[in-house]
Amino acid sequence: MRRNIIFVLMSMEIMFNAVGLAFITGGSRWMQADGQIMFMLVLTLAAAEVAVGLALVLQLYKRFKTLDLDVLSKLKG
Amino acid sequence: MLNLLWLVPTLPLVGFVLLVFGSLPRKLAACVGVGSIGLAAALTLLIGLQLLSLPSDEQLFRQMLWAWFSVAELNVNFTLYLDPLSLVMMSIITGIGFLIHLYSVGYMADDVAFNRFFAYMNLFVAAMLLLVLGDNLVVLYLGWEGVGLCSYLLIGFWYDNPANGYAARKAFIVTRIGDTSMALGLFLLVMHLETLDIQAITQQANALWLPGSWLPVLAAALLLGGALGKSAQLPLQTWLPDAMAGPTPISALIHAATMVTAGVYLIARMHELFLLAPQVMVVIAVIGAATLLISGFTALTQTDIKRILAFSTMSQLGYMFLALGVGAWSAAIFHLMTHAFFKALLFLAAGAVIISLHHEQNIFKMGGLRKRLPLSFWCFMIGGLALTALPLTSGYYSKHEILLATASFENAGMWLWLAGVVGALITGIYTFRLIFIVFFGEQQDAAQESFGMVIRLPLVVLCVLSVLGGWIPLPFGEIFPALHFDHGSSLVNWLTTLVPFVGIGIAYLCFYKNNALLESFSKARSGQLLRRFWFSGWGFDWFYELFFITPFMCLIAINKNDVVDSFYSLLASLARVLHRLLSFTQTGRVRWYAAVIVLGVVSFVGVGVMR
Repeated sequence: MRRNIIFVLMSMEIMFNAVGLAFITGGSRWMQADGQIMFMLVLTLAAAEVAVGLALVLQLYKRFKTLDLDVLSKLKG
Repeated sequence: MLNLLWLVPTLPLVGFVLLVFGSLPRKLAACVGVGSIGLAAALTLLIGLQLLSLPSDEQLFRQMLWAWFSVAELNVNFTLYLDPLSLVMMSIITGIGFLIHLYSVGYMADDVAFNRFFAYMNLFVAAMLLLVLGDNLVVLYLGWEGVGLCSYLLIGFWYDNPANGYAARKAFIVTRIGDTSMALGLFLLVMHLETLDIQAITQQANALWLPGSWLPVLAAALLLGGALGKSAQLPLQTWLPDAMAGPTPISALIHAATMVTAGVYLIARMHELFLLAPQVMVVIAVIGAATLLISGFTALTQTDIKRILAFSTMSQLGYMFLALGVGAWSAAIFHLMTHAFFKALLFLAAGAVIISLHHEQNIFKMGGLRKRLPLSFWCFMIGGLALTALPLTSGYYSKHEILLATASFENAGMWLWLAGVVGALITGIYTFRLIFIVFFGEQQDAAQESFGMVIRLPLVVLCVLSVLGGWIPLPFGEIFPALHFDHGSSLVNWLTTLVPFVGIGIAYLCFYKNNALLESFSKARSGQLLRRFWFSGWGFDWFYELFFITPFMCLIAINKNDVVDSFYSLLASLARVLHRLLSFTQTGRVRWYAAVIVLGVVSFVGVGVMR
């Protein structure tokens, strides 16, 4: 489990790529174009997510002066 | 005029409300407090005259005030019922109540809580009037509880002293035991007769129940329990001597003339039910005889002037119960009336002595007060003669009637008569012991008699009533079945009349001049033991303490943490433990939440795939 939020975002990018690969492979295997279309959706989603995610990283750093995720524990208890 | 019957209990109630909620200046409070009872007394007189002018088989009047409640087949209305019996009780309550209220204006003049005193006294009179005027047992029970409450409030009137609070609680709790028994009796009557109207009960009971069968016996016994509590008879008599902690006027009103006679009234009112249960009547007679002897002997050894009179009250109530037990209903009520006169007189005179001596109550600190307190002396003499039942006093006629009726009772009649006669002897001894010690002999305390009219007038009126009250005819012809008793052999008659004189003579020999015989007996070992035994009221307080109070307190100590309640607090703490366990999953850390989400998804998918 990563504690640094940049690493978490990078891991999420890798996961998006993995999901896109799975969709392409499936579409290729069963000869359907839906796989390609899903991959385009995933790409769009990843781009939007990175934009929002980096904005949140900036806020986190501005607030807590650290990139450690564990400081966000106000919901504890 | 009869239609104004509802006003009689209402006037004192209005007085109570005014005294509680209006902060009246002292003079106005006295006027309201005494005036309400005075008006009620005047109204009683007029109502009584009108009732008695009716032909004797129509002398009853019912006034329904409102419909109270109706459940299943039971309809209870708030109804007042007037017949000669309740008229006599009503007259005693308002008449003697008025005199005592008047006296209290003088007695409580220096007290801070003057208004509160009259408020409670008015409430008491209102409740007692409801008790005797009730047409059904529910209104009677309302009055019954009301007088119990007021008795508690008035005994513990000077609440700063915790001993007074203890005495008040003791009175309330002991009479509560009786009240519970009476409530059970009411439930039994409702269950089987489906009515609580007194007249309806008597008709139904006579129609449905056989004399001596278990139902009327049980119902009568339960009602008797209530009467025993209120009238301080065996075994519920322990509260009355301690009730003397209250101010003297309330001892006169509540614990001599009215509240303690509620038990006698109840039995007399329900006499048809008791006639169906002859076993219970025997028990009543035996309890009456036993109580009159026990309290008589106890009164012989007491040193507090009010406690002597308290035990004397207990003893005279024993005579009334004895009369009820042998079926001499009119004699019991007659004695109730004359006793109200002379006992109220004695208590008020005792109050006069007490305030003249600045609240000294030990008779051995008094002496030779004959010259300095002449009014108190003559009141005590007249009251004492009536109590001892010497001829020509009112007490003579009533006690004589009771003893003659007892003597002609079948089977155990002579034994009961003997008990009554021994009791009369003891009465003479302790009464005149009191008079000789307080009023004769050497003077120990300087005292001055300075009373206003408010104290003198009631005393004088009660003196007159104590002497002449024996000639008031009681119109009970239609109410009570006539008791046919032969007027006894002349021996019985003579003994009954002469025994009190013997008692006075013994008291003279022992207490007028200090007698060597009495001194040596009282110093001997056996004399000391006997004196201590009698002084403690034959050990009843000790007995109850040992067998009821101590085990109860032990149980309380054991169950201090309430076994039943701990089950519920267990449930609560279980919920709390679970809460704490679950709150460990709320770490607030994003990584943990993400991991749990993944775990959840995987397990759902896994379950979905495995199906």
